[in-house]
Formats: sequence, C-alpha cells, structure tokens
Amino acid sequence: MTAAVRPLGMVHVMWAVLQRELSLGLRQKGEVLTPLMFFMVIASLFPLGVGADSALLLRMAPGVLWVSAMLAAMLSLQRMFATDYADGSLEQMVLSPTPLALLVLSKSIAHFLLSGLPLVLVAPLLGVQFGLDSRALGILMLSLLLGTPTLSLIGSIGAALTLGVRGAGVLLSLLILPLYIPVLIFGAGAVEADAAGLGFGGHFSLLAALLILSLFFSPFATAAALRISLE
Amino acid sequence: MQWHSVSEFIHMGGYALYVWGSFGATALVVAAEIWQVNARRKAIFRSLSDELLSNPDAESRSP
Amino acid sequence: MNKRAISWFKFASPQNFYHLAGRMWPWFAGLAAVLASVGLWISFFVAPIDAQQGQGYRIIFVHVPASQMAMFIYLVMAGWSAFGLAFNTRLSGMMASALAPTGALFAFLSLLTGALWGKPMWGTWWVWDARLTSTLILLFLYMGFMALQASIDDPRRADKACGVLAVVGAVNVPIIYFSVQWWNTLHQGASVSLKGSSMATPMLLGMLIMVLAFWMYAIAMGLVRVRSIILERERHTEWVKHAVA
Repeated sequence: MTAAVRPLGMVHVMWAVLQRELSLGLRQKGEVLTPLMFFMVIASLFPLGVGADSALLLRMAPGVLWVSAMLAAMLSLQRMFATDYADGSLEQMVLSPTPLALLVLSKSIAHFLLSGLPLVLVAPLLGVQFGLDSRALGILMLSLLLGTPTLSLIGSIGAALTLGVRGAGVLLSLLILPLYIPVLIFGAGAVEADAAGLGFGGHFSLLAALLILSLFFSPFATAAALRISLE
Repeated sequence: MQWHSVSEFIHMGGYALYVWGSFGATALVVAAEIWQVNARRKAIFRSLSDELLSNPDAESRSP
Repeated sequence: MNKRAISWFKFASPQNFYHLAGRMWPWFAGLAAVLASVGLWISFFVAPIDAQQGQGYRIIFVHVPASQMAMFIYLVMAGWSAFGLAFNTRLSGMMASALAPTGALFAFLSLLTGALWGKPMWGTWWVWDARLTSTLILLFLYMGFMALQASIDDPRRADKACGVLAVVGAVNVPIIYFSVQWWNTLHQGASVSLKGSSMATPMLLGMLIMVLAFWMYAIAMGLVRVRSIILERERHTEWVKHAVA
C-alpha cells in the first residue's frame, strides 16, 4: 500500500533550492572569492590609469566602484545554470511541478548572496582608496545593496540565453551590460547626488523600483529562456 | 532659390564637410546595405544550384 | 469560417510569404526613392537657413530619421519576436532577423551624423547628449541580438532566444531612455538638437518625408533580406528547389 505523499509546498522547494545553491557555492570558495578579488583589482586599475590626483579620484569614485562591481557580479553569472545544465539537474528543475520562475528566483537570490553581498561589504575598503568620506561610503554601500540584486536578476536572463553556447562568457556581457545601465546610472548617481547636496532619496526610490520590476519580470523571462535553451 | 551659385551650394555656409559628410555617409550606408542584401541572395542561389547540380534526385521534405 | 480569415494565415507559411515579399518589395523601394527625392529637395532647396546653426543644421534631415527608425525598427523586431514566441511561427523569427541589420545600420548612421553635427556646433566629435547616448545603447542592443543569433547553431533555438532578448530589450528601452535623460540633465550636458530655434514648417515637413523615406527603405530591405533567409532555412524543401531552378 503506497503511503500518501504530501507534495512539498512551493516555498519549501524554493528554500531547498536556495540552501543547495548556497552550500554548493560555499563549498567552491574559489568561485565566490575570485570575482571579489577581480573587483578589487579592477577598482585599483583606475587610479593607476588616470593618476593619483585626489580630487579627480574622489569625483570618479562612485562611477568606478559601481562599474567594477557590475563587472565582478557579471563574472559569476554563468555559474548560475552551467553546472546544473552539465549534470542534468537543470532539466529536473524544468520538469518539476514547482513553477520554474520561482526556482529561478531562488537561484537569483542565491547569486546575489554569494556575489553581490560580498561586493557590498568590500566596497567601503575600496572607497577609502578613492578618498570617499564615511557618509559617501555608507550611501555607496546602500546603493550597491539595492542594486546588486537587480544585477543578479537581470543577469539570470543572460545566463539562461547563453547556456551551452560557444563564447558564452563574453556574449553574456554584451547582452547584459546595456540592460545594466539604468542601475549603474541611479546607483552611482545616488552617491554623487548626495555629495552635491541633492539627497539620495530620488535615486534610491528609482533603484528600488528597478528592483521590484526585475523581481516580477526577470524570473519569467529567464524561465522562458531556459526552456528554449533546453529544447 | 536660396543658393546663388553652385559653389555656394557646395560650400554650404562653411559646413560643407559636416553636411556632405553626413549625406555622403548615408548614401554609402544605403549602397553598402543594398549590395550586402544582393550578395546574400546571390550566395544562397549559388549554393542551392550547386547542391541541385550535384544531387539532382535527392529526397526533399515537404514544407 | 469565412474566406478572408483563411487567406491572411496563408501568408504565415514561409513559402507563400516568399512570393508575396517578392511582389511587394519593389513597391516599397520605389516609394522610398520617390520620398527620398522629395525629402532631399525640401532639405536643400526649400528649407531656409537656420538663425543659429546656419546651413549646418541640414544634417537633421538624415540624423533624425536615422535615430527614429533605429528605435522604431527595434520595437517592430521585438513585436515580431513576441508574436513568434506566442504563436510559435517560424516566419516571425525570420522577419525579426531580417530587420536587425537595417536597424543597426541606422543606429550607427545616427551616431555618425550626430558626431558630424556635434563637431561644428560644440567643438567635439562626441557629445554625451541624451539622445545620442540612448542611440549608442540601442546599437549595443542590436549588436547583442546579432551576436546571439550568430552563436547559436540551431536556427529555431536562435530565433526564440533572440526573441526573448528582443522583448526584454524593448521593455528596457524606455527605462534606459529615461535613465539616460535623468543622467544627462544632472550633468547639464550639451544637446545636439535645434533647441532655441523654432522649427519652420518646411523643416518639419522635410524631416517627416525623410522619416517616411527611411521607413519605406527599411521595409524594402527587410523584405528582400527575409527572402534570402527563407531560402536558407527552407533549403531542403521541394518548393525552394523549384524557386531556384
């Protein structure tokens, strides 16, 4: 006599996926730390390239740090689906009764926790190199905190579209970076606006709006893209 | 007529390089695109007729 | 079901559309030529000299049509892609692919003519004007579309993937445009436009006719290109063999 099996609720499945992603990610510490080190190296390249004029560096800082964070966040995007695709677990996710969009959302949240959040925490150290004061550092951290989840969400679309494609890494960047531009403008702009005395409220509201928009739409786009890539 | 001579027309009030550069670039882009579209068409025709010549009785699927 | 409803769906088949496009494109090409001639006539012989920008402003007669069409073509591409994704039709994806190169070329032309306009007016070859910057980002979106198409071997998968990309891009275009506007006003950048001079009617008319000319040209190019794409994709069918022989 078969025992009745209660189907797992959607939230349970999402939580399970999140835990799996986090434990896999933390097991492969190199994969998590390398983009972070990339962030630090790139941010340091700019002063080397433009000279150590402190006024110039101070003005450049929000933009440079944001661009470096964007590039670093992008580096780890491929990992979102590639390994699961290789070992067949991605197909299982697509076939599962839980809506694929929700599973994708879990994966995106995990990506943010593993790649975006470390960037948020390390950014102040780099900001100090550029001469940002503590208030500006705080706003920079908050802007990254608000913005990097959006980067993970939008990035998942690119990762799904380029799954298994040759030259996927660079192609992913080409596809995703134009879509990142609004986040960059409002993220870096928040720090500058506050420094100019205009307040960061407007920028943060727009960053929040972008986050909400991508929360609602990117999982669906990514799910569609995954189905197309797995056909 | 606002142009009093051909040379005045070509001179374009000092902006000759920019105005003729823009219209010239447009003409070039249009010509290049027309050429490219034609080249693509010729290429597929050539490729298909080569295939037909070498394989006249090949099975084809219905659309 | 009445006959009229059936006859439209007939053209969703690549074979039928191939022949329809073959009959249609000369008309659009002819219209483009006529409109361009009228537009150019107005641009050079009817539109008066501008009070502030002298004869240099005449660049708008190609710059503005190129920017408008680059944007419009992207939306049409996204529309075809959405249609293809929703109804799983082969032809919609082919149509989107046929339009992309024309749109990309218009975006490039818009940037080039924008630079040629900016240099005499502002002294530099590039101006971080809101519209030019948005057009640059649009060019990146086009390049992404074409790069994705080129890197996926299976044409059906490529069409669908590019379809998703085009729809996502189209949804982002207003967001990108708005954010670039915001960025530009904060930085009080220069503006490549006819600000400060009221647009005389001949100027507006000339621009409108040139926009229509570019539009007809884009449709003609799209139709001819889609014919080649149809032949390439359907090469193993019987009708293609007859069409080519």
